[in-house]
Amino acid sequence: MPERVELSVNGRALSVPWGTTVAAAVALAGETRFRRSVHGDARGPLCGMGICFECRLTINDEPHARSCLILCADGMEVRTDE
Amino acid sequence: MNSARLSFDLVVVGAGPGGLAAASVAAERGGSVALLDNSPWLGGQIWRGEQARPAVPRARQWIERFLASGARAVMQASVFASPDRGVLLAETPAGRLTVRFKQLILATGARELFLPFPGWTLPGVVGPGGLEAMVKAGWPVAGRRVVVAGSGPLLVAVADGLRRYGARIPLIAEQAPQVRLARFATGLWRYPEKLSQAVAMKARLLGIPYRAGIWPRRAEGRERVERVVLTDGKRSWTVECDLLACGWNLVPNTELPRLLGCALAGGFVRVDEFQRSSVAGVFCVGELTAIAGGDAALVQGQIAGLSAAGAAGAARELFAERWRWHRFGAALTRAFALRPELRALAGRETVVCRCEDVSREAVERCRDAREAKLHSRCGMGPCQGRICGAATQFLFGWESDSIRPPVFPVRVESLLTASEHSKPVSNLSDPTP
Repeated sequence: MPERVELSVNGRALSVPWGTTVAAAVALAGETRFRRSVHGDARGPLCGMGICFECRLTINDEPHARSCLILCADGMEVRTDE
Repeated sequence: MNSARLSFDLVVVGAGPGGLAAASVAAERGGSVALLDNSPWLGGQIWRGEQARPAVPRARQWIERFLASGARAVMQASVFASPDRGVLLAETPAGRLTVRFKQLILATGARELFLPFPGWTLPGVVGPGGLEAMVKAGWPVAGRRVVVAGSGPLLVAVADGLRRYGARIPLIAEQAPQVRLARFATGLWRYPEKLSQAVAMKARLLGIPYRAGIWPRRAEGRERVERVVLTDGKRSWTVECDLLACGWNLVPNTELPRLLGCALAGGFVRVDEFQRSSVAGVFCVGELTAIAGGDAALVQGQIAGLSAAGAAGAARELFAERWRWHRFGAALTRAFALRPELRALAGRETVVCRCEDVSREAVERCRDAREAKLHSRCGMGPCQGRICGAATQFLFGWESDSIRPPVFPVRVESLLTASEHSKPVSNLSDPTP
């Protein structure tokens, strides 16, 4: 198992330890806003266990991924705020 | 899209203490057993991270026992439907899975209860258990100020854990009054393990202010939480913070048992002495049956696993221990009961349904969850009412609305393949009643 994983968050390259979730990688990248609500308010993770859907974002062009349940993988392209 | 079919004598859903124990003891007695979980890790929420970096001896023992038991772990499998008797459909990263079973043990655990208050939707306002889980998966908290608030024994455990990751904890604010907590603590002598945990924790916590009878009135900040206004019911004051970890104890994840038709009583699944639900061949264990913690779940899981394997005598030997933990759970429930003032925290404009941005004033005149749904879309977003349903139950006394598959939003391909099973399935994020 590789010790570190290379991915990008909003176009910025990031290296994280293996076992880091995408949600944690987004926080490590300094982002606090994961998405906007239907009225346009900033939102971020709430439940941390895949129930609330507040942490959803786009991974490799697939939207609505629950970032708190998904582990970072090499080459992943993560985009918030869509 | 890939689709795979598997078949087992016994399927267990949920890899926390209850599910691990159930799958292990059943597999040790022969027969094919599978354990499904929606996360990549064994251990559930309470033992999250234990598989990769063991710290709790009992967690390691049970994970090792499970791995040696011959049961098969099916990870990252989210069960979303049961189109026929003895069949579950699950979505995995690799595609859809059809799982057939003769008997089923549900150990889907609990989630945190979140109550609306002004500012609770700001990024940085998170569940205490949720934050701890995310921190174990790399979320940075070193040097950050985390106010821990809400209710329940979880608050102290989480604050302790966060501090070990370098967080600064200005305050733990517990809503329960001091007098009730004192009564609970003096009752702990019946549970020596719990008492030693509490003492050890208290020792480590020296230096973290813990105050009972305190709760958040609102969170403030621009695009993220920057401070929280706390109150003791008489006066209010502000504490600056980078994160507000706020949760109001736990509610059971009853979606799957309800989908299968298991009868509930008082919000929990009704089970008999062998943990059998009202549906033949379906057992329920752990927080699904009462909020009583991981120890209760371990005993109930073993009882269900043994019963499913036909070892009723061995199951019976564990009844006394289960009774002990049931009493502990009842004492917990009494000690941390929520104060009525919390119903008034959400103002007219405070969002109640976060998925659809529905305010309190838009729903408070409705008679029940169903009317609120039709009237305002409350509960119709992707979480399918999991967050606002528990909140409106506390605020307005509404019971959970009926449940339909898929029990969480899945990819369209999963639904298309699911429809081979004859039953029509409603569309994605809009399960029209």
